[in-house]
Amino acid sequence: MATIDEPLYPIAILIDELKNEDIQLRLNSIRRLSTIARALGEERTRKELIPFLSENNDDDDEVLLAMAEELGVFIPYVGGVEHAHVLLPPLETLCTVEETCVRDKAVESLCRIGAQMKESDLVDWFVPLVKRLAAGEWFTARVSSCGLFHVAYPSSPDQLKAELRSIYAQMCQDDTPMVRRAAASNLGKFAATIEQHHLKTDIMSMFEDLTQDDQDSVRLLAVEGCAALGKLLEPQDCIASILPVIVNFSQDKSWRVRYMVANQLYELCEAVGPEATRADLVPAYVRLLRDNEAEVRIAAAGKVTKFCRILSPHLAIQHILPCVKELSTDSSQHVRSALASVIMGMAPVLGKDATIEQLLPIFLSLLKDEFPDVRLNIISKLEQVNQVIGIDLLSQSLLPAIVELAEDRHWRVRLAIIEYIPLLASQLGVGFFDDKLGALCMQWLEDKVFSIREAAATNLKRLAEDFGPEWAMQHIVPEVLEKINNPHYLYRMTVLRAISLLAPVMGADITCQKLLPVVIASSKDRVPNIKFNVAKVLQSLVSVLDQSVVDKTIRPCLVELSEDPDVDVRYFAGQALQACDQVMMSS
Amino acid sequence: MTSSMRSLNWKFSQVFGERHPGEKVEEIDIISAVEFESRGDYLATGDHGGRVVLFERTNGKDYQLRSRKELEHTDSSVTSHPLYSYKTEFQSHEIEFDYLKSLEIGEKINKLRWCASSNNSLFILSTNDRTIKLWKVSDHKVKKIIEMDSNAYISSENALLSEKSFLTDQSIQSVPNGYHLEWITKRPKSTFPTYKESPKMMFKFGECASSRCRRVYSHAHDYNINSISINSDCETFLSADDLRINMWNLEVGNQCFNIIDLKPLDMEDLVEVITSAEFHPAYCNLLAYSSSRGFIRLVDMRQSALCDQNARILQDREAHGSRSFFTEIAASISDIKFAKDGRHILTRDYMNLKLWDLHMESSPIVSFKIHEFLRPKLSELYNGDFIFDKFDCCLSRDGCHFATGTYSNTFKVFCHDGGHTDGTRLEASKNPNRVSHTQECQKNAGLLTIFARGLHWRGHENSRFDSSDCDLDSKLIHLAWHPTTNLIACATKCSLYMYHAESEHF
Repeated sequence: MATIDEPLYPIAILIDELKNEDIQLRLNSIRRLSTIARALGEERTRKELIPFLSENNDDDDEVLLAMAEELGVFIPYVGGVEHAHVLLPPLETLCTVEETCVRDKAVESLCRIGAQMKESDLVDWFVPLVKRLAAGEWFTARVSSCGLFHVAYPSSPDQLKAELRSIYAQMCQDDTPMVRRAAASNLGKFAATIEQHHLKTDIMSMFEDLTQDDQDSVRLLAVEGCAALGKLLEPQDCIASILPVIVNFSQDKSWRVRYMVANQLYELCEAVGPEATRADLVPAYVRLLRDNEAEVRIAAAGKVTKFCRILSPHLAIQHILPCVKELSTDSSQHVRSALASVIMGMAPVLGKDATIEQLLPIFLSLLKDEFPDVRLNIISKLEQVNQVIGIDLLSQSLLPAIVELAEDRHWRVRLAIIEYIPLLASQLGVGFFDDKLGALCMQWLEDKVFSIREAAATNLKRLAEDFGPEWAMQHIVPEVLEKINNPHYLYRMTVLRAISLLAPVMGADITCQKLLPVVIASSKDRVPNIKFNVAKVLQSLVSVLDQSVVDKTIRPCLVELSEDPDVDVRYFAGQALQACDQVMMSS
Repeated sequence: MTSSMRSLNWKFSQVFGERHPGEKVEEIDIISAVEFESRGDYLATGDHGGRVVLFERTNGKDYQLRSRKELEHTDSSVTSHPLYSYKTEFQSHEIEFDYLKSLEIGEKINKLRWCASSNNSLFILSTNDRTIKLWKVSDHKVKKIIEMDSNAYISSENALLSEKSFLTDQSIQSVPNGYHLEWITKRPKSTFPTYKESPKMMFKFGECASSRCRRVYSHAHDYNINSISINSDCETFLSADDLRINMWNLEVGNQCFNIIDLKPLDMEDLVEVITSAEFHPAYCNLLAYSSSRGFIRLVDMRQSALCDQNARILQDREAHGSRSFFTEIAASISDIKFAKDGRHILTRDYMNLKLWDLHMESSPIVSFKIHEFLRPKLSELYNGDFIFDKFDCCLSRDGCHFATGTYSNTFKVFCHDGGHTDGTRLEASKNPNRVSHTQECQKNAGLLTIFARGLHWRGHENSRFDSSDCDLDSKLIHLAWHPTTNLIACATKCSLYMYHAESEHF
């Protein structure tokens, strides 16, 4: 971190670099703007650095983006909050550039500065800035202005507030869809700062304008604002003004709008209260669950649990569950997949009886789905069901699905299920695991695909960690070591890999007695790849084992390997020997 | 304003890149796309060499500040027609090689489309066969340092820091904001220069347009892209190839959505390909695309995510008179354009220009024949691959006048007044109306050609038109109508001709 005592020379270079033709140097310099400012002192920063930055607005977007970000935290360097307004001009110009990300960052920084400014300063400096931007010739300025109203509004006097509201209303009716989109997406934020009586009149009329826009993209953003707006209003006002709109939207001609509704609907339930939810929102949601467009059903299916949590179990069973049944046999695999990823969460909501009676058949049919993603999504959320229906019932139905996935044609599916095994094992317990899954874990060690064998070895290590060395000694180690006799060298290599992973978990004794002899024996393998992997494994075992074992067993073996005819074997043996020496030196 | 009562009297306006007869034309210089910016202040052309050339209107741009309504009222009173000058050019695409498919991808610009401009920067989409790029062209006001005294004493860093403060030190009025100091030339690296002389001596003010590629939209098309079109929401655009139409967000280069996919499971089952596609000018959810079988399909993107089901299909059922192998090929639509009113669509197939009303699906409201004298020769045109020429079409702001190109460096302008459908034939030269004269000239000049092809054409001596006046190698494919006034820009080989018309009231 630079200090004020730092010599002036590097500062001069930084300033010089602000004007360099090399973008990387300019970028570096901007990133260290605070250092420059500290060196210059507050007054010169205000009078020289900031005006310079204001002029320097014709740069590459990366530089402008960095500048917009740095200026957001610059208040300490210009002399504190009372001077914060000097930062506004450079950010104002950045609010008008063409590149969206620069504008967004500049708006973000302005909001951050505005939040710290004194009320009177806001009125003197910030509000005029917002008004200037809103009156900008190009849409870029007007777009940026929409994100600033919520900072400017609260501290303004009444007359100015009225003016700001009317300017925002103009933004909602701007000629360019870009500005209307910005107005729609910022409406919620702005509304949160507005007095209740204006909310009902001014804001609601803006909201209505936006919901009837010609452009789908504007209406989409208006839907997004529904929930935020609904939460600000009194429940009865929300029912009167927002509810009809959202019910309309749920039957909009554009599937994109309905998609948005499907994503947002559950948030609105809280705002309107249980009565209106039951009367209006549940039917709307049911319609969305049965929509013609698969994309809408995907969105609706993905929210089924969140929606049910708000409803009473009775309503959920009566209205939502029949739809869920239909969705579980939907023609689109993506719908089923979305359902599978959330449906397990319904179990705690519905309670044990309903789950066993109604949900379990759906789980089972999804577990047998032809599309692997659907099955995986179910399996990854098993713990939620486990709590409700208990392990016995679950395991009966679960096992066939897991076995099927474990042998899936696509190796990525097999990989995914392997990665779930430790989780499953911890959820289902040792007993269940031993009976059913143990054999699978061994089988994967001999998979045709390397990634699967690799994952299988890691899986064994995680199981050993979960269930403890003793269990591993009984159930894993003997079977793994047996596989060292496999005729194919690639499988023997997998065993070596498993040993190197297991050793730290098993501890020195078991490693020395059981694992090490197998490794040493493999050093006589006829395949050089095995031999240099032996050297690598031995190297990793050095840290696990006692020094005496290293000297007595590992070192002689490595010495022998270091005289191997194969160059690679010699190389890795040499490496391992060096490692032995280092350990000895340090101990 | 009864514009349909007006006929247009066309006059030569300007030409860029004119070649003398017989002068050799390089393949890469041939123009492959012509497009006006939405206000008509700029014109862009793309060529076979992957370059995009921009022209800027030099007169009458002041109306920009006036509202659109005012403009409509004053439309006819604007007496001076637009004049253009060269602005800048940039290399948009280069030859690429697709290693996965062992396929060379040419740099030829297939289509250009202007995006909404902002902050005096222009944005333009350009595409070759596979990759779409978004270009930003902006003016930098450049201050060039003419001379510098590098022996000057080393100043403290604040002289460098702020031009403003530096300049006030010199008691000279500050230079307006926004000037970009170009330090590239003659700048000593390690010293901090100061200027002894007055800045007027030091700086040369000028404008230079710089173009930068802002975004690349790639790896989404397996076939050649034939169209791009920007949605009225100014946020998304579509790109169409032979079998698929994709939708992009202008801000996102690495992801797009497929909205139409005509590719059958078995390519043997392929019956038609997409030839052109365009968004509706006002309704963000509607798009139209044309097919090689002569259909225009109207699609509503609100209905579903995959728009394989068309909302409406426009199809000329009366045109099925004398069907033959060649007439089917000639029925392929090469270009479609929505009229500004959003209700009419203009289409061009090989032989005709047709105007459709979206409310009338069974036939076009009017059909203009472009070069009917070629109809008996379709088989020869097929042998020479001419039948696959894809002519553009364009229409005037009021939607009453239409233009399209044909052979012999000519284009035809038609008027939809319910009566005659012959249209005006204009030659792309400085003397557009000397058509009859040209025919004779060509007969003399083209003696060798006639001799070479004599045997072939003698057989058709009885036909009404003398084909020898049709120079198949001089085709006028690309043309565009100015968005506000009656000005047509058309490209022949590497030359860009512009014609303007004043309306005469009968």
